[in-house]
Amino acid sequence: MMLNTLLPILLFAALALAVVGAFKRFAMWRRGKPAEVDWFGGLLAIPRRYMVDLHHVVARDKYIANTHVATAGGFVLAAVLAILVHGFGLHSAVLGYVLLAATALMFVGALFVAKRRFDPPARLSKGPWMRLPKSLLMFSASLFIATLPVAGILPAGFGGWLLAAILLVAITWGVSELFFGMTWGGPMKHAFAGALHLAWHRRAERFGGGRSTGLKALNLDDPQAPLGVEKPTDFTWNQLLGFDACVQCGKCEAACPAFAAGQPLNPKKLIQDMVVGLVGGSDAKFAGSPYPGKNIGEHSGGPHLPIVALDGKALVDAETLWSCTTCRACVEECPMMIEHVDAIVDMRRHLTLEKGATPNKGAEVLDNLIATDNPGGFAPGGRLNWAADLDLPVLADKRQCDVLFWVGDGAFDMRNQRTLRALVKVLKAAAVDFAVLGLEERDSGDVARRLGDEATFQQLAKRNIATLAQYTFKTIVTADPHSFHVLKNEYGALGGHYRVLHHSTYIEQLINAGDLNLGQHQNAAVTYHDPCYLGRYNGEYEAPRNVLNAIGIEVREMQRSGFRSRCCGGGGGAPITDIPGKQRIPDMRMVDIKETSAEIVAVGCPQCTLMLEGVVEPRPQVKDIAELVAEVLIEAAPKPSVKRQPAETSA
Amino acid sequence: MLHNTAQASPALNVVALVSVGAHPSSGRARRAEQDARAVELGLRLAGEQLEVLHAGDPQQPALRSYLGMGLQQLHVIEQPAQADVISALHDYLQDSDAQLILTGSQAETGEGSGMLPFLLAEQLGWPMVVGLTEVEHIGNGIAQVLQALPRGQRRRLKVRLPFIASLDNAAPAARQSAFGPARRGELLSHAAEANPDALLSESPLQPARPRPKRLKIITAKTGAERMKAATAKASGGGGQIIKGDSPEAGAEAIFKLLVDEGVLR
Repeated sequence: MMLNTLLPILLFAALALAVVGAFKRFAMWRRGKPAEVDWFGGLLAIPRRYMVDLHHVVARDKYIANTHVATAGGFVLAAVLAILVHGFGLHSAVLGYVLLAATALMFVGALFVAKRRFDPPARLSKGPWMRLPKSLLMFSASLFIATLPVAGILPAGFGGWLLAAILLVAITWGVSELFFGMTWGGPMKHAFAGALHLAWHRRAERFGGGRSTGLKALNLDDPQAPLGVEKPTDFTWNQLLGFDACVQCGKCEAACPAFAAGQPLNPKKLIQDMVVGLVGGSDAKFAGSPYPGKNIGEHSGGPHLPIVALDGKALVDAETLWSCTTCRACVEECPMMIEHVDAIVDMRRHLTLEKGATPNKGAEVLDNLIATDNPGGFAPGGRLNWAADLDLPVLADKRQCDVLFWVGDGAFDMRNQRTLRALVKVLKAAAVDFAVLGLEERDSGDVARRLGDEATFQQLAKRNIATLAQYTFKTIVTADPHSFHVLKNEYGALGGHYRVLHHSTYIEQLINAGDLNLGQHQNAAVTYHDPCYLGRYNGEYEAPRNVLNAIGIEVREMQRSGFRSRCCGGGGGAPITDIPGKQRIPDMRMVDIKETSAEIVAVGCPQCTLMLEGVVEPRPQVKDIAELVAEVLIEAAPKPSVKRQPAETSA
Repeated sequence: MLHNTAQASPALNVVALVSVGAHPSSGRARRAEQDARAVELGLRLAGEQLEVLHAGDPQQPALRSYLGMGLQQLHVIEQPAQADVISALHDYLQDSDAQLILTGSQAETGEGSGMLPFLLAEQLGWPMVVGLTEVEHIGNGIAQVLQALPRGQRRRLKVRLPFIASLDNAAPAARQSAFGPARRGELLSHAAEANPDALLSESPLQPARPRPKRLKIITAKTGAERMKAATAKASGGGGQIIKGDSPEAGAEAIFKLLVDEGVLR
């Protein structure tokens, strides 16, 4: 019987090729810089990370989640059984029936994969990915028919040599795609690299419901070491592995504000370019949307070649890297949990720290941060001018307090001074024991770090940490989500560990404790814009909404809100590097806002305030949560015993 | 950023003199704005061959931000804080084969008199060009340069090498200083005799007050008129030339002007 002799040879040959490919691929990843990983623990954690953490992201799209469960589940089962039944010749009828069921399941899944590929959305890559459903169908169908005699449904030798030959061709196609295609760079590579990426992920804290969003500190100890990522091999090896896990689903592309604005960035293409860099070659084979305004096929690179050429073309143009607002929408959407923002900042670090090539106002802002501790270059002595008449307690006099009010660089901006003054009003009304650092405060270093200037970031951070170490306080409260994120998540690596709250969270606590006597907003149609650095970076979606509810505002949600909130365009130094596109990101966000027909958009971030107020009138008013609360504050505070209950206020 | 306007000609020996600046709003030490422009122009002219020279403290960390512009090394003639550095610079430069010396127009710290390039030129016996913005081309020992004049005008000059030039603010802005090269670059220190500055040691320094500005009353009603007022050359239409008259007539004319302008009442 021809099939019984040839099938085992075919299967084991494909498996052997897959193993060879796996070692080659592994060696490619290992060209990256060393990284500490939990080798065994990681491998053991794959099933849980895959079925819980990864599925949690995939399940946002029910269609593809069910399709993938059927196809991948069916395939894994079918592959194992095929090796037992057809490889080792365990011709038991029971196994045969299970194998039939597995291939049938896979076939049904593959039909849905094929359906999505009929008229695929623009975000999906075409090319070899269009072939994948056919390969899946071919593999499952041929294996199904070849297994029928094993299960005893058909007599052995049914169909004669003609059917056997057809089946052999089909199975060869199937195992080429699904067995060694997995390690030799076909679309199925995502299964192999993806599983190992889950095992040795650079931010293992993200699994099991954790959150890890702070940028990794760059080691500046060795003066001779080149800084940042210049060549693909300058990434850590598990970053390279992460790039290789990409399925090119384009969810990142669909979420990216810079891509939507027509700036030359597409997160999916960027990750694929990193894969091109890892393997070597040109981007001509990329079958997805290009970087807006850039043709495919003009860029190429290799593992030891610079990624960015400042004059001429290499793998990626610098403006692609500078278009990113670090809003993390791509990372949030990525079903493979790839870290796009880390990669972009790593490459920016090289451009800024080694090449001195931060575009547009970048150099000026960084010089200002070095010379004046604020990005605008204002005299540092004016940092408290906004509160000249408020008689704010300064920590240098008080030495200790409950709440350290971190003012941030909004202190130098007339619009954001209104927010700060409103927040002070609220804090005073609640009789909070608070103080400010005053002239001792410095920029948190957020912008410097996102512009790639790790040296200036670390210098600012270390000075701030040294200042904070002199005093005693319980909590830091700030109205700036960027300072909030940096103080909370990024100072730790440099020795600063604090309890930090965004002002919306703190106001919510004050309301719940009954410390604020608040009226109600009347009939205002209000929507709320989630700041990236509060929402996606720190998971705070509820507190701002609860505060708004407490002052009688029913939030009209935008279609893109919560973890899908669209960036205002103000993060990551994007307004400073100012890469041109077809439209402005804040204008697009304002369209989202107008769709709710809100009269007021509530914000919780000085950067969002400025970006959204920069949109031409007529448009909804932009107000910070602190301002909205201060507006309804009933200041003649009653005696502490007559406190309002939260239940009353939220009615 | 691209720096490919003027191609480097390796034969030319360019020296840029740099000082330690002070940020205008915080007063912190930094690279001096105009001196950094001198380094920028020097890098465009001579590339890697550019020699950058400072007289002062070789330990000053602000000097590193010049190195961050892509210099391998920076030469420092060791001088104490209050020294008059001109003779030390003169001795050093006379022994070198410098053909073109670039400086800023005025230091941001210390006396800031802007006299250094003039005094140095006098001692070296070289010509001195003020307000340089561009070196167009150099050949046969002669440089063709552009000099900045008010209101964006330029004057083309031909100068015989060697010469000293101080840079105008219209010269190309300095490139960004990068942390990596700034940290790796070398500060090469040279010992030299210190020459105390008689003026500085005798007289006290006090902060300068900005000269009060005459208020400009804009009477223009349209945008076009405002634009004209802002950009047009000052036209001395009301001026009067007194020539050959008696001193009394001259004095009378001046007196009348002062009364008209409201200076005398």
